This record gives sequence, C-alpha cells and structure tokens, in this order.
Amino acid sequence: MSNTLSKIEKRTAYILILPAVFLVFSIILFPIFANVWISFKEVGLKDIRIPEPRAKKIVKSIKDNPDQFKVIYKLRNSSLILEIRDVKFQDKLPKNIKPINLDERCRVKSNKIYCEFGNWEAKYRENFQILLKSSDGTPINKKELKTIKPKLKGKSDNILLNTNFTLKNFKKVFFQNEFFDLLSTTFYYTFFGTIGSIVFGILTAQLVNQKFFGRTFMRSVLLFPYVGPVVALAYTWELLLDPYSGTLNNLLMNFQVIQEPLNLLGQKYLKINFFGFDLKLRLALTTVIIFEIWRYFPLAFLFILARLQAVPKELYEAAEVDGAGPLQKFINITLPQITAVISILFMIRFIWNFNKFEDIFLLTGGASGTRTLPINVYEQGFTISDIGMGSAVSIVIVALLLIFMFVYFKLIGKRADEN
Amino acid sequence: MKTKSLIYYALISSIFLFSLVSIWKILVTLQGIELKNFNFEIIITLGIAISFLNILIGDKLNYLIKSTFFALIFTFIDGYIVQVMPIWYNIGIFGILIFFSLKINKYNQKYLATEHSSQIVVFDFLTLFGIVLFSFVILFPFYMMLITSFKTQAALLINPLDFSINFNQDFKELFKSYFVIFDTYKFGRYILISTFVSVGTVIVTLLFAIPAAYAVARLNFFGKNFLSTSILIIYMFPAIVLVIPLYTVFSQLGLRNSVGGLLIVYTATTLPVAIYMLQGYFRSIPKELEEAAIMDKLNWFGIIIKIILPLSIPAISSVALYVFMIAWNEFLFSLMFLDNPNSFTLSRAIQYLSGDAETPRQYLMAGSVVVTIPVLLIFVYFEKYLVSGLTAGSVKG
Repeated sequence: MSNTLSKIEKRTAYILILPAVFLVFSIILFPIFANVWISFKEVGLKDIRIPEPRAKKIVKSIKDNPDQFKVIYKLRNSSLILEIRDVKFQDKLPKNIKPINLDERCRVKSNKIYCEFGNWEAKYRENFQILLKSSDGTPINKKELKTIKPKLKGKSDNILLNTNFTLKNFKKVFFQNEFFDLLSTTFYYTFFGTIGSIVFGILTAQLVNQKFFGRTFMRSVLLFPYVGPVVALAYTWELLLDPYSGTLNNLLMNFQVIQEPLNLLGQKYLKINFFGFDLKLRLALTTVIIFEIWRYFPLAFLFILARLQAVPKELYEAAEVDGAGPLQKFINITLPQITAVISILFMIRFIWNFNKFEDIFLLTGGASGTRTLPINVYEQGFTISDIGMGSAVSIVIVALLLIFMFVYFKLIGKRADEN
Repeated sequence: MKTKSLIYYALISSIFLFSLVSIWKILVTLQGIELKNFNFEIIITLGIAISFLNILIGDKLNYLIKSTFFALIFTFIDGYIVQVMPIWYNIGIFGILIFFSLKINKYNQKYLATEHSSQIVVFDFLTLFGIVLFSFVILFPFYMMLITSFKTQAALLINPLDFSINFNQDFKELFKSYFVIFDTYKFGRYILISTFVSVGTVIVTLLFAIPAAYAVARLNFFGKNFLSTSILIIYMFPAIVLVIPLYTVFSQLGLRNSVGGLLIVYTATTLPVAIYMLQGYFRSIPKELEEAAIMDKLNWFGIIIKIILPLSIPAISSVALYVFMIAWNEFLFSLMFLDNPNSFTLSRAIQYLSGDAETPRQYLMAGSVVVTIPVLLIFVYFEKYLVSGLTAGSVKG
C-alpha cells in the first residue's frame, strides 16, 4: 500500500517539476553547453542565417491577348555564402487555369505546379516565367492569382551543425585580445564595486537600525536605486556627469572646486598630485564603479539590516553595563554578528558584478578603459560580428565563475565543519 | 566636562551644520540664484560659536527661545552681512538652524562629562550626517530626471544649473516632452508591450513555478536534493553568457523580434528565483492540512488549488511583484532580441532614442520618468512584501 503511494508520489513529483525543468534546461543550461560548441567554430553573425529559397510572384497581363497571363517568379537564394540543394517549388492555380509551354523542370498535377530546380549556388538568381490560359473561357481573376503564394523548399548546410572545429577563437582570446588588460579591468571593477557596496551597506544599515523620525521612509528611499530600471538611471547619470552641460561639473565649477570640467565618463586617466606623488587614477572606471556602488549597495543594506534587527538587544545592554562605548560595541558585537551575512554578500555581489553588463554598456559602452569581459562578449559577438569569439569569451567567464563558486562552497563547507 | 568631548562636539556639529547649509545652497543654486561660495570658514566658525554658546547657556534659557536666538543670529550674518540673499533662502537657512539648534540642545556640560561622550557625540552626528547625505545622493538623480523632463533644450543649454520650473506656462507647454514621446515616438505602444511582456512573464512563471515548488517542498523523489541545489547555482549564472547561443538559435527559429520569444526567456530566467522563494514558503505550511485532504481523496492537483494556493497568497503576490519588476526593468535581452521599433519594450525604446544624438535630452528623461514611475510606485506601495522577499535572496542585479 505504502509502496504504491510512494510510486504515485514520485510520478506526481516528476509531472509537477517537468515543465519548469524543461524550460530552464532549454533556455539556460542548453545555451551554456551550446557556447562550448560555438566557441570552437569560426562563425560570423552573417553565417547564422539559414539560406532560404525565395520567390517573388509578379502577374502581368499580355497585350492583345486578354485570355492569357504571364506570371514571373523572381527566384533567389537568400544567402550570399551557402548553396541550397534540391530546391522544390510548388504553386497552386485557380481552378479554371492551365499553364501553356511549361518549363521542362516542372509538371502539373491537379491544379498545382511542381518544379524541381536542383541546386542553387550562393547569390543564385533567376527569373522564371509561366504563361497561363483560361481553360474554359471564363476570365482569369488576376487578384486571386496574385494572392496565392508559392512554396519553396530546399536543403542547406547549417554552419552551426557541421563538425568543423578550430582552436582559433581561444588563441585569439588569450593572445590577441589584450586579455590580461580585460581581466584586470574586470577584477578591478568587481572587487572595488563589491567592497564599496558592502561598506556603504554596513553604514546605511547601521543608520537605519536606529530610531529616528522618517525611518521607514528612509528605508524605502535607500532602495530606490536598486529597484529603478537600469536604462533610466544610467542615462540620468550620463546627463548628470556630462562635461559641458552636466549638472555636476557645472556645480563644481560654480563653487570653484574645479577649474576645468572633468569628462568623468570619457577620460581614461586622471593625473593627481597626491602629497608630491603623481598618481594616475583610472577616471572612467572609477566613475563606473561609483555608479555600481550607488546602484547595488541597497542589496547589502537590506541583508545587513535584516541581520542587525535579529541581534539580541541584551548583548548591547550587557556591553553598556561593562562600560563599552559605541565604537567598541560596533567592533565587538555588531561586526561578529554580521560577518556571515557579509561573506555571503561578498560572494553574491562578486559574482554578479563580475558579470555586470548593462551598467557599463549604457554608461560608457566599454570605452575609455572600462572594457570588462562581459562587455567584450557583446563587442566580439555583435560589434565585430564574430559569434565564435563572443562564445569563447563567454566560456572564459563561465570557467572563472565555476572556480569562484568552487572556492566559495569549499570555504562555506569549512566554516560549517568548524561550527 | 571633558575638553576632548567639547572639542569633538564643537567640530563635528559645525561640520554637520556646514553640510546641511551646503546642501541647501546647492538646491538654491539650482533654482537659478547665483551663489559662488560655500563660505566654509565662516560657516564653520559660526557653527563652533553656536555650539559653545549652547553649552554656555545650557538650561538658563528656554530651549525654544535659545534655538530662535541662534537661528536669527546665523541667518542675519549669512543672509545680510556675508551676502544678500532673497527672503526664501533665508527662511530655509532659518529652518535648518532651528533644526540644528534643537539637535544640539540635548548636549550640556553634564552630558559631555559622561564616559564615552566624545564617541557618542561623533556617532550621533555621523548618523544625522549620513541620513542627510545618503538621502541627497540617492534622491538627487531622480530629482534631476523629473526636472529635466519639464525643461526645454534651449533652457538646459543656456544654464544647466537652472532647475526652476515655470508653472505659469500652459499645461501643454509644461508637459510638452511627454506629449512628444507619446505622439512622435509611440511610447503608448511601448508601455503596452512592456506591460504585456511583464504581466505575461508573471503568469507563465507562476504557472510553472507553483507546481515545481510544491514538488520540491513536499514530495519525495529521486534527485530532489540535486534539484534544489542546482536551482541556486543556475540562479548565479549570468545572462551575458546565454546571449550568443540564444541569439543564434532564436534567429534560426524566427523567434527574434517577437514578444513571445522575450517572454520565454524572461520566464526561464526568473523561474529559479520563483521556485526558490515559493518552496521556502510552502515548507512553512503545516503538513496536517494536506494529510486531511488526502483522507478526503483529494489528488495533488486539488491539494495545490484548494489548500496551498489560498494559504500562500502573500508569498505568491510577493513573487509576482518581483518577477514583474525584473521583467519590466530587463534590458540585455530586449537589446539583443528586438531590433524592430514595432516590438520594442520601454527600456529598449529609451536606449533606441538615446542612440540618436539629435534626440533632445528632455525627451530621454521624460521616457526615463515613464519607465521608472510604475516600478517605484509598486515598490513603495507593496514595500512590506517586497523587502521580506528581497532578503529571502531574490532579485538579481
């Protein structure tokens, strides 16, 4: 009895999860594997269109002969690169119409014309003509003739499905793509973005954890950058930071903080004289990191706040009795309580920042020293139109991500063992 | 009283005062008033003087009289002696000073003599400082977005610092950018498409996620643990590595430029979060209810519809709101998949607008306001649900 019940249970479970698993598999897991496949191929953006045989139908009446019509099919191979084999053509005729002097490649069978055009090489074009005549004397309906569309079929190679593999893409990724520059920019962006958002998260959580007038309002406001649409926020920042008509530069010049406008998103380096040392600050990258911190510290804020509110009040009261000041309370009570949350946050934010595409793309488009790996995927795939290269860069990202996750789960496991 | 505490108190409070006054000055400058200087030295000196006076006077004067007295002195020096300013500027300064004086009122000689008082003072003011500064830094871009959408290109170029809006002009003139984006750039259509895609994603995601989450939460089957950990790992994988294969496959299947294709992708990317959040909630529902239902010969389908769904309306609505917000804000896939202006979503439409360098910025900002307002409204209105969901580890970004 219980055995059959558990069988039913299993079967139901599989039925319930199958749709979700299928969808996630086909849209998320399959592409990750497909990336591996594509990254070993030389594929450009233009190669991925499957060649199609096409026909444009033109109906013409013939002078001096109202019973007859000429139909011209403008045939062509849609691809400029690949041939199409065994092209088959089919068109339907209205009932009262018969073709005369039909091409030898074609035959008629119960009001339908069938043709076999054989192989079309790339860029193939042909104007194919048929003369039509009314078989029983009733006039031909030109409109009806026009509305029927011919059907064409053909076989062609799909460049994605053949088995020609090459290592070229990976060679290019590692040796011709300023790979280490890309990698260091990505790490710089990821690391400082993550640290910054966590530091500001701690500060703001500490703020909101106290009682003051307008606290709930403050909590909502702090989350605005996180929930707002990235497109709107990025363009607003772009206008705000514009060197000539942007508010920030004009404000700073107005209050004489700077003499010359700063091109915060368009300038790669800024020379700063810091106590006699000449430093080169990566200006655009720093700006992008600040945007990143501005947009994502709310997540850290929320997590840390939730943790802070769960810290027992007695701990603080006991510390106060022992004569601890605010700083000591923060270091000895608050920080140890939130380290677990911080390590989770660090991991999540690190991985997500590592993959961040939209923010940089919208702010700088990857120019002036802000090209990270995800930006490079887009550039290779869609700006340079080299799908294979784009996939190869994606594979590098996935590999790095797997390493991060492995390290992270190792560390988490260790901590769990210790406790 | 400790000297150290006194010095800390005077310095930090005057810096706080300076930051308040400076933010007010920035806002005033943005109304077209010419102000070239923050007058750091003067404000700090005044602040320190007021802080010391506050300690000296202590409780000898009623605190309201004391505050008004400080505020009047400061306003007079700042608004009439240092520079001559319009009356509304001075009213603002007066208000800030009243607020400041009331804040420092609680510090007196006794207070500054207690242990750790210097630290406490610093922490108090840092808190206040943080609240003011963070609110300003966060709200300012939103404020700018809104104001810019009401300005004209010419006015913006002549004086980028003039944020004042002329409310006397015609309603149609004031909302001109909005009329233009709806008439010329078909934003009405994009709103409909975005709404359709987002609501569609919510419905399809819930249809797929509720049964799956129930199975993961309640039923025993082979591979269950594997499934629940892989949900989390899949959730970590970024959209950018999916883009190229999906682009090629969708191109070959003719699904690009279709709202349907977008809907499939959004559903798949939000499913792991939705399942994760829902199964957590389903586990918290008492099992006895279902056991009773099995006794009544209800099948699994009946259990989900009649017992689980009515009990988990808060969780389901929080997931629904999230998925809606993710789909509404999504940009990468809409950039990749849509290149026909007839099937743009709002985000893609704004990006398309900005691609044309000729597009005046007020139209761009009007579009941004249109895409931002629905999410912010939803967020503020349903904040309670959303915040609890967020900490359950959801929205990706």
